[in-house]
Amino acid sequence: MPKIYDILIIGGGPAGLSAGLYASRSRLSVLVIEKGKFGGQATTTAELENYPGSIENCTGPALTERMKKQAEDFGTEFVKDEVQSVDFSGDIKVVNCLRETYQGKAVIIATGANPKPGGFKNEQNLRGKGVSYCAVCDADFFEGLDVAVVGGGDSAITEAIYLTKFAETVTVIHRRDALRAVKSLQEKAFKNPKIKFIWNSTVEEAKGDEILESLVLKNKITGELSELPVNGVFVFVGLIPITEVFEGKVTLDDKGYIPTDEEMRTNVPGVFAAGDVRVKTLRQVITASADGAIAATAAEKYINEKFNK
Amino acid sequence: MLEVNKENFETEVKNYTEKPVFVDFWGDKCEVCKQLMPDVHKLEEKYGDKIKFCSLNTSSNRRLAIGERVLGLPTMIMYKNGEKAEVLTPDKISSIADVEEMVKKFI
Repeated sequence: MPKIYDILIIGGGPAGLSAGLYASRSRLSVLVIEKGKFGGQATTTAELENYPGSIENCTGPALTERMKKQAEDFGTEFVKDEVQSVDFSGDIKVVNCLRETYQGKAVIIATGANPKPGGFKNEQNLRGKGVSYCAVCDADFFEGLDVAVVGGGDSAITEAIYLTKFAETVTVIHRRDALRAVKSLQEKAFKNPKIKFIWNSTVEEAKGDEILESLVLKNKITGELSELPVNGVFVFVGLIPITEVFEGKVTLDDKGYIPTDEEMRTNVPGVFAAGDVRVKTLRQVITASADGAIAATAAEKYINEKFNK
Repeated sequence: MLEVNKENFETEVKNYTEKPVFVDFWGDKCEVCKQLMPDVHKLEEKYGDKIKFCSLNTSSNRRLAIGERVLGLPTMIMYKNGEKAEVLTPDKISSIADVEEMVKKFI
């Protein structure tokens, strides 16, 4: 008989790690299943200046590494495996992965989200050849070169500022005439001599044979097309939830996010969701961590009521 | 796994013809790359007799990487007789299973 865990957590980012920490601290048996990178999207950010207490040198990788260690110390188990399908219909939930099948009394979905593509021509062909979604991973390549950043939110501006440590120029291309990022980031960006802005414009096409050479931009007001020579483009225009495998298993909204109540319960008893994958207004490490803690506590309550009567 | 760099890349990868050469392009700041590395080592244990496994730190070999048209991490390239036979760009690598699938085509 394979082991039946109290809680299976799908996804090893801040939501999953916090859920693991809280649940194992309550002496529940917990398995975190992660397909790619423990730490999730947070590992792709160099500066987490808005996570309380992370004042100096607190990179995403450093913070999430500590979260993982902390959960591990309380007894959370971790496995690298990739979910293929799930069966949430019975009292014991079944998660079929590439290597093994796992069973648990409750499941917390913390699969998070991936960066959303910019939607311009040739974007896919030039991924890893100049088109990037991770400044921390790829900034090194662009030392002394010219790059563009697409987007105007917190992520775009944070990463644009980070990129100025490497690139010669960073051109922010934004579809509106004002940034959405918080004021303190805007002030930093406007003061930085390496950062230029192109307003009211979208990227239509990435040009380049084997590597990116330029972007074709379209001014949304005049309709005018122009070409911007760059060696790299970093796209930060939003997220896509990672929920394909849960289609038809739990309720999803029209964008693919999972609606929950305040206790992180999905529409299926015993199945919870936490972090970026959930319908919510603010997707940050701190809100993901909070979700994880709430989900673990709610799952514990569910298990006690359902199985320990 | 053999660490290749600007000094030995020609000899160990480009001019090597005995078997296909797999190169794991990684970097000091690429967490995904570092988390994949132990699993890539396991692939070497499994397939090392048929494929030569190498890793290349792009942080210290930037020009070489760009020369190979690598501008994003992680990237995994299979070379056959010094020519690129298959390239896995970052978007094609969601877990080690994707890498293994590519490697298996060359055994």
